[in-house]
Amino acid sequence: MRFTGALRSEFTKLTTTRMWWLLGVILAVYVAFTAAVLGAAFGGLFPGAVETGGVSGLHELVYSVAVTVGYVFPVILGTLSVTGEVRHQTLTPTFLATPRRGTVLAAKLVTLFCFGIFYGVVALAASVAVGAPLLAAGDMVTGLDDSQTWLMFGRAVLAMGIWAIIGVGLGTLIPNQIAAIVVLLAFTQFVEPILRTVGMLVEGFAEIGRFLPGAAGDALVGSSVFAVMSGPSSAGLLEWWQGGLVLLAFAAIAATIGAVTTWRRDVT
Amino acid sequence: MANDAREGHTIEFSGLTKRFGQVAAVSDLSFTVPAGAVTGFLGPNGAGKTTTLRMLLGLVQPSSGTATINGKRYRDLPQAMATVGTALEAASFHPGRTARNHLRVLAAAGGIDRSRVDTVLGLVGLGDYGDRRVGGYSLGMRQRLGLAGALLGDPSVLVLDEPVNGLDPEGIRWIRTFLRDLAAEGRTVLVSSHLLSEVQQSVDRVVIISGGRLVYEGSLEGLETGGAVMADAPDRAALAAAVLAAGGTAEMTDAGVTITGIDSAAVGVAALSAGIPLSLLAPRHGGLEQSFLDIVGEGGSK
Ligand SMILES: Nc1ncnc2c1ncn2[C@@H]1O[C@H](COP(=O)(O)OP(=O)(O)O)[C@@H](O)[C@H]1O
Ligand SMILES: [Mg+2]
Repeated sequence: MRFTGALRSEFTKLTTTRMWWLLGVILAVYVAFTAAVLGAAFGGLFPGAVETGGVSGLHELVYSVAVTVGYVFPVILGTLSVTGEVRHQTLTPTFLATPRRGTVLAAKLVTLFCFGIFYGVVALAASVAVGAPLLAAGDMVTGLDDSQTWLMFGRAVLAMGIWAIIGVGLGTLIPNQIAAIVVLLAFTQFVEPILRTVGMLVEGFAEIGRFLPGAAGDALVGSSVFAVMSGPSSAGLLEWWQGGLVLLAFAAIAATIGAVTTWRRDVT
Repeated sequence: MANDAREGHTIEFSGLTKRFGQVAAVSDLSFTVPAGAVTGFLGPNGAGKTTTLRMLLGLVQPSSGTATINGKRYRDLPQAMATVGTALEAASFHPGRTARNHLRVLAAAGGIDRSRVDTVLGLVGLGDYGDRRVGGYSLGMRQRLGLAGALLGDPSVLVLDEPVNGLDPEGIRWIRTFLRDLAAEGRTVLVSSHLLSEVQQSVDRVVIISGGRLVYEGSLEGLETGGAVMADAPDRAALAAAVLAAGGTAEMTDAGVTITGIDSAAVGVAALSAGIPLSLLAPRHGGLEQSFLDIVGEGGSK
């Protein structure tokens, strides 16, 4: 009863400012652009790849840019859903309306998971809408009649949902908006790519590298630039379900630590 | 507004204390706010009013002591917004959200019917501005929107932190009548201000704090006579000691000893039982404002 109220409140909160669709539009454009570049490149690089059987899975690689380059958007939305309340001091009315803070956090997690799923659908629509015609033009397999491709879509959408709740966790861990966004961008754009690159080159490091959130996310989706670069023989990635669990664990740990620290603080 | 007789909800503060690190914001504060009256919660800036109200509402964790509504902590109320309506200082809104949507967010969380949103917007005079983003609102309009949020659940208790701040003279007149009407319906109204003159005409009772401590609780008339007491004795030091022992505070001045915290009768009794002959004993007159400043002491000059 109280939870459904909090849930409706969080949905209303998210849909009544411009952030969600602004981020959604940028996500769609960014993903479409990346899919176009990849689709065109593969279409030109490997004409007739299907007949020769030389390279497979390129269509999944093109479609999965929805997550590979798009995952940071649900994370940002999730983070802002918490830090925005701190920044605009709306935690006061929020906690007055729902005095149980755990209920508020739970409602945020569910809401953002749904929005992450929605972002996943938007991003996939963009990558497929742009990528499939380009692949077809280059006589490549589009894979849209293949159930494997659709299973990948399902995992990609799930990954985006989990990334959004990781964002909520990050926001509760670092309530300062600028600090949270800086940490997010620094980690996703520099720290993790560097660690993963190192992991490919240095023996033993890959074992740990597989458990980084980005690697776990790629494992869940099952196709990405990194996955292709590491090749089938290298330490590579976790199983898709393992990747999903690792990603979920990151979300749970961040939200739990946040819930018992900053989320409990005095609101003055 | 509903006309039914309401069951009275009493607010009770008991031994409430809050320290922010080294800062003792509120110290051992105890008082009661009755139903059916407007209670003014006064004190200079930094006296601890906002901190006290935030502790009542579960936003700030007390270092010790309790604050309850009808015997329950705020967070244990089954229907928080329908029981207590609140508008806190620094009214906090997302600038990119419209007033109507802000209220919808609250109504959803409180399980309050959406039709109340337009009702309360009308009540506070924002009916024509509901679809504007709050970022473009003036301070006075924000205060009204805060009040609209407080009224959303048609609550029996209203807790308002400095609601008069930023209102124009017409708005001030409006809120005075409004608060009186709410109390007349049997509601409990607790309204804070750092200026006595702001609430003087709308309150039935006042609670005054200074430096986080209670310095006066009672009627406005009592405040006027119960402000400072001027007394003098050949042995001023002994008089001051007797006053302190009786729970008052004493300050030596050229004209004698200025006493606050206890009334002149209590000073007389204290002096008598200590065997101190008095050469002067009189309430200091100077109107309500002077009494208020006397009572809040040094803090009042901030
Ligand atoms: N979050 C905080 N951290 C440290 N000190 C605080 C905090 N909030 C309030 N204070 C201090 O507590 C005292 C009381 O503040 P406040 O309750 O806002 O007073 P008022 O509302 O009466 O002006 C002030 O000295 C203020 O500086
Ligand atoms: Mg204040």
